[in-house]
Amino acid sequence: MLDKHAKLERNALAFVFAIIFVASIGGIVEIAPLFTIDETVEEVEDMRVYTPLEVAGRNIYIREGCYACHSQMIRTLQDEVERYGPYSLAVESQYDHPMLWGSKRTGPDLARVGEKFSDAWHVAHLINPRNVVPSSVMPSYAWLMRNTLKYEDMGLHLSALRKVGVPYSDEMIENAAQDTYGQARPGSERADAFVERYGEESNVSLFDGDPDRITEMDALVAYLQILGRLTDVAHQSSDSAQQTTSTGSGD
Amino acid sequence: MTKPERDPYTGLMTTGHEWNGIKELKTPIPRPVKFFLALTILVSVLFWVLFPTWPYGSGYTKGILNIDQRQLVAEDLSRSAALRASWEEKFSTTDLAALEADADAMTFVRSHGARLFKDNCAACHGTDAAGGPGFPSLVDDQWLWGGESETILETLKVGINTRHEDTRNAEMLAFGDQGLLDADQIRALTSYVVSLSRADELSEKSVAQLPQGKELFAENCASCHGETGKGLRDVGAPNLTDDYWIYGGDVDTIRATLRHGRKGVMPFWDQRLNEADLRLLTLYVRDIGAQTK
Ligand code: HEC
Ligand code: HEC
Ligand code: HEC
Repeated sequence: MLDKHAKLERNALAFVFAIIFVASIGGIVEIAPLFTIDETVEEVEDMRVYTPLEVAGRNIYIREGCYACHSQMIRTLQDEVERYGPYSLAVESQYDHPMLWGSKRTGPDLARVGEKFSDAWHVAHLINPRNVVPSSVMPSYAWLMRNTLKYEDMGLHLSALRKVGVPYSDEMIENAAQDTYGQARPGSERADAFVERYGEESNVSLFDGDPDRITEMDALVAYLQILGRLTDVAHQSSDSAQQTTSTGSGD
Repeated sequence: MTKPERDPYTGLMTTGHEWNGIKELKTPIPRPVKFFLALTILVSVLFWVLFPTWPYGSGYTKGILNIDQRQLVAEDLSRSAALRASWEEKFSTTDLAALEADADAMTFVRSHGARLFKDNCAACHGTDAAGGPGFPSLVDDQWLWGGESETILETLKVGINTRHEDTRNAEMLAFGDQGLLDADQIRALTSYVVSLSRADELSEKSVAQLPQGKELFAENCASCHGETGKGLRDVGAPNLTDDYWIYGGDVDTIRATLRHGRKGVMPFWDQRLNEADLRLLTLYVRDIGAQTK
């Protein structure tokens, strides 16, 4: 039997197919079941979608490579749960395309950072992390405050996301640019229209504190503030031990 | 293609390929490689039996150990909760004043509270709790809302200017941006605010503005900062007569405060931290305040 390879090696095309077949076994075994096993992604009712401004912030997060130092996935380990909060559930990244779980942690996990800090803190921290955390090694992202956000095309981003399964309505796609503006302008008419479309729970704020322009900082801070808050399901998890604790697992 | 033949030097057969007289030996796979290959196959079979592995249409094989990550972490957490129970119980039920009088309790607060503070609060208030621009010092004995333990505990639970339903609200209006005061009036008020703490620094021109500033202050500011500018704790308005400033006491910063307003946000913690942790932090904040003095 071990000698049969000699025959295969002499037939280039058959050999290529054999390689593809063998190499795909591992992938198929891992991936295919995810489409059929219900348990993989939990069903939740209160799952929200990212608003256009948050999508824009997510794009900046990807562009700047924040995922190279920050994960967004709290694992089922005691120290992680005690430090960051309830472990991540699959449904929480249901609308993440691509997902940003990451595997490298130079900085802390960000899966539950939403609302842990104020907008003003995030702005100060992103402009220069050393302003608020003297020993930080995180790079400074001061230009986010200078760059005006390009958001005219947010409708296209939303419709691309809809193609891969995020339930944006036609209305949301049509008004994406206006909603991007509205979310960062509390008190404006567009802010009211935005809240009507995305719900009372959504965050309307003057994220970067600058009332004159919509900057990339606005978008990124809006995104950071929603992390872990698209659904409450992880907090309601039936395991009673999965309570909110943060007893300080050290530094 | 030549015929496979025995190589005279190694005693092994050749493959029968030949390139310009160079022939290829057909060396068998070394034994250790075969051994470890077999071993990995064996280990994987063992895993299939013990752990959740093979998926099928609507589920997956659970393995005879019946291991579930979520259950494991739940067990770990309840074990650590049991370890904490001894002091958690004490800290979440005992009266705060009684705890402050209890030396053992305070020793624990100093070690454990310091860690909680570093993890959750130091990013804004600083590791030494002395604050920074926009984030108030917690050790200066100048409180926005009050330094009693119950007041601090409440501030920690609901936050300031947050989404929490019981949040404390504190807003310094944008007098300039909203057109409530014009540039002249703001200049006069700025001088007046400076005069409250450092009257000797004012130029002659500024001193001349003080009567106007005083009047404007009584009309616009006293409702929150009090007649004398010493602040009102009911509305979280700071004392303007001392030398401590959240945002800054120089003329430019005060003017910016008056123009654009301020609305500092202190996050709420009652969903991130449990009762014992919050009370521990309250005691910790009061304790470092007392020690710094
Ligand atoms: C070189 C690695 C590195 C990169 C790249 C990086 N960070 Fe960080 N980040 C850190 C480190 C280290 C810390 C912890 C110290 C601190 O708070 O500054 C941190 C802390 C943070 C925190 C505070 C988290 C907490 O719970 O304390 C946030 C939020 C954050 N980073 C966001 C970002 C964003 C957004 C980006 C991309 C624009 C980014 N980081 C890029 C290393 C990095
Ligand atoms: C995102 C930054 C941030 C974090 C994190 C934070 N604080 Fe604050 N805190 C503030 C700000 C800003 C204020 C002042 C609000 C204002 O200006 O009205 C404040 C106010 C307070 C006050 C009221 C002070 C007074 O004078 O009445 C206390 C007490 C306090 N913080 C304690 C804490 C503790 C304890 C923690 C950790 C659990 C913490 N803070 C975490 C930003 C923060
Ligand atoms: C509605 C109540 C309110 C009124 C009216 C008000 N303030 Fe304030 N003021 C506040 C609050 C609350 C803060 C603290 C804001 C914060 O910490 O974010 C503050 C902060 C300030 C500060 C910054 C203090 C620091 O430590 O940096 C100055 C200066 C100030 N006020 C001056 C004035 C003057 C002058 C007026 C009148 C024109 C005025 N305020 C009217 C509520 C008020």
